[in-house]
Amino acid sequence: MSRATIKDNEVDIVIGALRSDLTSFLNGWRSVFSQFHLIIVKDPDLKEELKIPDGFNLTVYTKTDIDQIVGSTALSFSGYSCRYFGFLVSKRKYIISIDDDCFPAKDNKGIFVDAMAQHIENLTTPATPFFFNTLYDPYREGADFVRGYPFSLRNGVDCALSCGLWLNLADLDAPTQALKPGLRNNHYVDAVLTVPRTTLMPVSGINIAFDREALGPALFPALKLAGEGKVRWETMEDIWCGMCVKVVCDHLGLGVKSGIPYVWRKDRGNAVESLKKEWEGVKLMEEIVPFFQSLSLSRTAATAEECVVEMATTVKQHLGTAHPVFGRAADSMVEWVRVWKAVGSKSS
Amino acid sequence: MAAAADHAKPAPPLKDELDIVIPTIRNLDFLEMWRPFFEPYHLIIVQDGDPSKTIKVPEGFDYELYNRNDINKMLGPKASCISFKDSACRCFGYMVSKKKYVYTIDDDCFVANDPSGKSINALEQHIKNLLAPSTPFFFNTLYDPFADGADFVRGYPFSLREGVPTAVSHGLWLNIPDYDAPTQLVKPLERNQRYVDAVMTIPKGTLFPMCGMNLAFDRELIGPAMYFGLMGDGQPIGRYDDMWAGWCVKVICDHLGLGVKTGLPYIWHSKASNPFVNLRKEYKGIFWQEEIIPFFQSATLPKDCTTVQKCYIELSKQVKEKLSKVDPYFDKLADAMVTWIEAWDELNPPKPLLKLSNGTAK
Repeated sequence: MSRATIKDNEVDIVIGALRSDLTSFLNGWRSVFSQFHLIIVKDPDLKEELKIPDGFNLTVYTKTDIDQIVGSTALSFSGYSCRYFGFLVSKRKYIISIDDDCFPAKDNKGIFVDAMAQHIENLTTPATPFFFNTLYDPYREGADFVRGYPFSLRNGVDCALSCGLWLNLADLDAPTQALKPGLRNNHYVDAVLTVPRTTLMPVSGINIAFDREALGPALFPALKLAGEGKVRWETMEDIWCGMCVKVVCDHLGLGVKSGIPYVWRKDRGNAVESLKKEWEGVKLMEEIVPFFQSLSLSRTAATAEECVVEMATTVKQHLGTAHPVFGRAADSMVEWVRVWKAVGSKSS
Repeated sequence: MAAAADHAKPAPPLKDELDIVIPTIRNLDFLEMWRPFFEPYHLIIVQDGDPSKTIKVPEGFDYELYNRNDINKMLGPKASCISFKDSACRCFGYMVSKKKYVYTIDDDCFVANDPSGKSINALEQHIKNLLAPSTPFFFNTLYDPFADGADFVRGYPFSLREGVPTAVSHGLWLNIPDYDAPTQLVKPLERNQRYVDAVMTIPKGTLFPMCGMNLAFDRELIGPAMYFGLMGDGQPIGRYDDMWAGWCVKVICDHLGLGVKTGLPYIWHSKASNPFVNLRKEYKGIFWQEEIIPFFQSATLPKDCTTVQKCYIELSKQVKEKLSKVDPYFDKLADAMVTWIEAWDELNPPKPLLKLSNGTAK
């Protein structure tokens, strides 16, 4: 199968800087990042100056830029949310975003994985959400659709979201990591597959890529935990975001892939410390899941913007009455669409 | 005593609870390679084709063998539901088995090696898959959370972490991949060389192509739904036996809250069947599939279908109602589905109630 070739100038790499010294991070990714344009968004709460090595084509945004460009808003871009400002101001078709504590991983043969190339491959080959292929992504070299796969479904659909994985420190929640402090992911699973239509999943923001033109404002961290912190164990923003995005993709007939590429995630944080904060998110998930599983959008919602607005209304009606945090999430979604239309919808 | 204990090997898992069902028309030479893994288990050989031919079973295996004459004798007129001249006849083996679990494998499938060069004990992996829960309601991005070194990821709802019982374990194949005839014709040299080190649950509401080459299931949970249809001699279609079973099984598993896993273990598939022969067998299926899939995707079973048999009979009614217009074959198939259940229930009567001394039935 031939794959679409995309130009490097169709891609933005967006990095949310939650630490000031990005030297080792950027140097670690240099061979893979240097051909792309980078958008670095500094966490508005970070006081220190960013330390960035030379030799990259990048644009840096700080709190001042955020305030100036977005203007007056109730939205917060603090912590992990800062990267979404990068999604907003990007003018490119594809965005790849990884956490600033991740580095290139090695595959089973000991060769460094070009995570950018794999994300691009995932996004530019079709997804197959309507029927499960037991040999996983049929568009990969050396694979295909298996016997019994309906021919009419073999064209697939556009892939709008590519969710990568993590070696070493996997994206586990605080209770799990606290219970198994030594658990590290050494398991390189050489597959990428389409997550079927109507199936929900936890979308981790640590290593993702998406089609900005197709999904637009569907990615936004509307759900903020009371004590949201600066380690992934202390947030649920990407999980909420991921649920919304999956519903939008299923509704618009777009695909979501999960699997390779892997990144290598550095050990940090204390799971036991995070347990207190994380617990709130864990409880909320139990409410969210049945809601999203039964959520269906109207036929008239034909774009990501329209889907998000409609979802926000439903969130407010069905979840907002039980928990104010959901009411605030719904408001954030609506506000984000407004900001997106004002600032972000322009693409070059 | 201590020395003897050190050398004691653990008993093969589920040794007396699992049957290995093998359809064959040629010979069983392939069993020699599987001996270290299969010898402790009971085999059910279903001999297809000419019943007067003698199929030699390698020494040392404990087995029962059925040819067409046996099938006709045991089922009488109901034998019409068992295919002839097609490996679909293997499902007779499922019916006569008295064990809780079944593993079925084709006679051109051999032991594969994992990337480290170690021989893969496919049966052991299938057993692990069947004994660990499935997670069909929410996709875990690190795949089987019950595998060694894995777990549920952040954001996976805690209320869904217990999982559900696993009814089916669908294994894969290295070397000759399970492609349909058109794909084989276009890519005759493609070999599956990618070892994907994962097992995963196929989510609820999603269908898949179930291949019968390397398949294990819990007979008590899903056995009656594992009918491999009418194929081969006298039938307009072939190479859709396992597919048909897989679609029925998945709809019923989704309805009953049971899980289906796919992925490890791999076996080494050695023989590429003739693509032109395959094309003739599959030809109608390729067109019919386009109607069959939407049928299964939208099939719903009423709440009162609480057993596999009830689900299956209900499905057969829907097949007759909705697919007969595609081809009269489906009318025949729907009848055969009913015959299968009748035969299954005859050969597998419900266990008698035990009466306790105070007269209460247990």
